[in-house]
Amino acid sequence: MKLAAKHKTGLVFFPAFDWAISPSHPEREERLLYTQDQILEEGLLDIEGITEFKPDVVTVKDIQRVHFCVPDVWAATTESHFISAGGAKTIGMAVMDKKIEKGFALVRPPGHHAMRVVHGSRGFCNINIEAIMIEYLRQAYDIQKVAIVDTDCHHGDGTQDIYWHDPNTLFISVHQDGRTLYPGSGFPNEFGGATALGTTINIPLPPHTSTEGFLYTLKELVLPILSDFKPDLIINSAGQDNHYSDPITNMNFSAQGYAELTALLQPDIAVLEGGYSIEGALPYVNLGIILAMAGISYSHVKEPDYDPDKIRQSPQTTTMITKTCDIIRDQWEQRGYYQDKLLGNKEFHERHRRIFYDTDNIMETQKEKLRACHDCSGALRIESSSDHGQNILAVHIPRGACNNCINIGRQWHETARGAGFNLALLQDRVEDAYLSTSF
Amino acid sequence: MIIGLDVGGTHTDVVLLNTQGLIKEIKVTTDHADLFNTVLRGLDHITQGIDPHRIERIVLSTTLTTNAIVQHQLAPVGMIVSSGPGIDPQFFRPNQHYFPISGCMDHRGREITPVNAAEIDSLAAQLKSAGIRYVGVVGKFATRNPSHELCIQNQLNGSFEKIFVGHKISGNLGFPRRIATTYLNAAVYPIHKEFFEAVTQSLQKKEICAPIRILKADGGNTRFESSIAFPGQTILSGPAASVLGSMSFAAPSEESLVMDIGGTTTDLAVLINRVPLLKPQGITIDQHKTLIRSLDTLSIGVGGDSAVQLVDGRLHVGPQRKGAAMAFGGPAPTPTDALFVMGEMSDGDGAAAKQGIAALARKMNLTVEDTAAKILDVACQKILDGARNLIDRINRKPVYTVHELQEGYLVKPQHLLILGGPAPHFAKRLKQVSNYKVNVVPRWKIANAIGTALARTTSQVTLLADTEQAIAIAPEEGFRMEIGFDYTRQQAIDSALNLLRQKALQKGANPEHLEMDVHEEIQFNMVRGFNTTGKNIRVKVQIKPGLIAGYDPGPKT
Repeated sequence: MKLAAKHKTGLVFFPAFDWAISPSHPEREERLLYTQDQILEEGLLDIEGITEFKPDVVTVKDIQRVHFCVPDVWAATTESHFISAGGAKTIGMAVMDKKIEKGFALVRPPGHHAMRVVHGSRGFCNINIEAIMIEYLRQAYDIQKVAIVDTDCHHGDGTQDIYWHDPNTLFISVHQDGRTLYPGSGFPNEFGGATALGTTINIPLPPHTSTEGFLYTLKELVLPILSDFKPDLIINSAGQDNHYSDPITNMNFSAQGYAELTALLQPDIAVLEGGYSIEGALPYVNLGIILAMAGISYSHVKEPDYDPDKIRQSPQTTTMITKTCDIIRDQWEQRGYYQDKLLGNKEFHERHRRIFYDTDNIMETQKEKLRACHDCSGALRIESSSDHGQNILAVHIPRGACNNCINIGRQWHETARGAGFNLALLQDRVEDAYLSTSF
Repeated sequence: MIIGLDVGGTHTDVVLLNTQGLIKEIKVTTDHADLFNTVLRGLDHITQGIDPHRIERIVLSTTLTTNAIVQHQLAPVGMIVSSGPGIDPQFFRPNQHYFPISGCMDHRGREITPVNAAEIDSLAAQLKSAGIRYVGVVGKFATRNPSHELCIQNQLNGSFEKIFVGHKISGNLGFPRRIATTYLNAAVYPIHKEFFEAVTQSLQKKEICAPIRILKADGGNTRFESSIAFPGQTILSGPAASVLGSMSFAAPSEESLVMDIGGTTTDLAVLINRVPLLKPQGITIDQHKTLIRSLDTLSIGVGGDSAVQLVDGRLHVGPQRKGAAMAFGGPAPTPTDALFVMGEMSDGDGAAAKQGIAALARKMNLTVEDTAAKILDVACQKILDGARNLIDRINRKPVYTVHELQEGYLVKPQHLLILGGPAPHFAKRLKQVSNYKVNVVPRWKIANAIGTALARTTSQVTLLADTEQAIAIAPEEGFRMEIGFDYTRQQAIDSALNLLRQKALQKGANPEHLEMDVHEEIQFNMVRGFNTTGKNIRVKVQIKPGLIAGYDPGPKT
């Protein structure tokens, strides 16, 4: 019997053994210690076809391509964020350069709660490491359509926000129902902005969903949507907090389940998100995911206390999941109809929001205005103020923007002066240029 | 006086040294079919006319265990392996008699499933009836808690000649490597023991009673008596001998590349401040990835006797060696023959060398001289490419802290130290075609044997403390201690250094010159819920490879 990867698989392992949000925070030095122990003891990195890469560090521009950091990138990040985003970028490049077929960035800190505007840290996240990787890859390689499947237990509200108006990025979040868990969002009616309706999909699952429910959702809903969308690249935001032993969530997923999910989803790139059962789950879940990516048997990967009977989901749970999937499937199939209805004849669409940064205790107020363009995904302007005294104007000109939207975006940026803002930021994705002016 | 003997692919080099320097050097032809005779001939020659009582130390670097593994002349071994959840242990099977059994530990050494005594009994009977005398016992995470391995060993004791247990072999993680390493130790044990007992007896007949020491792959030596417990450590000691022989000629605060240019291969290694770099994990030999500590060397298939061929109009040097150079009666042109044509060498049949190169020159439409120069260039380029690969590999090694990544220390040697038969001739050309500072190691032909003679005793200890479980263990040393909640990292370091001192002395180190060094000390607060429940401390200490004090390896450059 020879042990070799069917798919050449790359791994960036960056446990940041000297970085924590605070000493007893779930996002602390110890988090990936036992995962490292398991990976080393199993000899994973010796397997033919599995390669470990040293992470690159992202540049300030890589971050600016995705985020409006207030007041600047340095204030919004630590060195560790540059490395964890860099780890994702390293894996992304290795896949695009065909050094590997599949890759897993097993890095921390995570990123999927970081939205386009960043005033601080929310849900343990400062910058969105998947989005930074994706936008870098779009800049450097010929990639159009990307699908992100977020299997963290928490709704990936940051990634949703960043791609809310992007019809070329399909964001699917499978998570514990927002009525029972942070961040309290991620309902099926959150379905994307006017120019990108349908390419945000939220699948809330009831508490105590077990392996059966997750795999049903994947097979019956996620995979068919992916095959309709036909992405060039599939990214998995591989949070591991759906595990039955996770201390801050209420789901009943297992290492076997995660491995099978990975084998079914066949992501090109996986990026670690949350997961805080650092001894009972992470060593086994990560092992299962890596083996599944590499196409190696994971049938012996089990948690020491695994008992499928103890965590089986109830028939009521099964019924709820089936119903939720049916509703979302209908909605997906009707997406053209809904989009026409939403777009209507209005030139501008507005959205007002309050966003709470739980980790840093900041309250942000946002006024967002999108040009509902029929030729591109539309210029976007965001007025954002925080209870820490910031008041900024941020303008995003999307990739592939039409001339009108480019001009409107630039005009918006210029009008910031003297309008009471203390900072004006411009994200010009057409020119790959990022401007910042403080007043 | 000290004797150093290094068995090489073609020659065996032997030197006799005293505190003032080299007294005598000889070379004998290596007979791979009869290594015992080769070693004895070497020792016989070097001790002629020497008072046997003045010989204090004999250090041998042999290819005995390496050859046994590569040629599959290994003793049958019974492997008993307990894995628990994870990758199917059948994938790690190194040999025929390999038996995964029940029993399981987790990453912190907590028992998940106990060992089944009845299962062990029936396996023991099965192995005995198959005539097996050597057994290896390996448990996953046994380095975190060796109790399962020890319990199985106890149960098997008395039924087999020698039992090797995984946790004694290395403090590092890597279950598949630990299986392979334990297997190789058991499989070369009888041949190693028999060989060196025979050498000792022969020397005693000549009244040479100095204890035999054996060179290990990590460049350290160990007394024969201690080597019996880990005979696998003696494989691939050859490259280490050369590195040791060169290290004192490197500038003290510089990075250097050692290049040992032999007949068939060139071995490369990196020195940082005169200390050789070690491989992050261990040796790979004949498909076996092991935890055997070794210098980080790269062997590339080019040397003085490499066959030179034209393939599709392009010159290829190596990797095969078809025999000696034509200048010495060989069948095919080689870089050595090119050196004859260039007037660099003259102690052989120059006409034969020229004839060989001329045949290539005609096909390439070049003069004989230009062809010779080109051959040497191709060989040098291949060596420099190898050097670049080695340095890249070292610099690509991942790190796991923000601090290390930011520090971003990269190895960038500026200096080549060259040894081996054709060293001066290659050095001349390497100097012209590269930006390195180039030096030939004094006594380049026998520096490997001098390195062997002067190797210091190396050792390492891994200590793990888990204050939540209130224990500290150093599995390789059989050390286990109850600790309090307030046990500190410094206490862990002190305990580890203490164990290291004992271990090194037992292996034959000089107590006056123990250069001990802490190369890993990490501590994690363990938090469960919102409470700190303990500390997880991991310490590794070592005595790095180097030369023993008080001896002069040769003239300074």
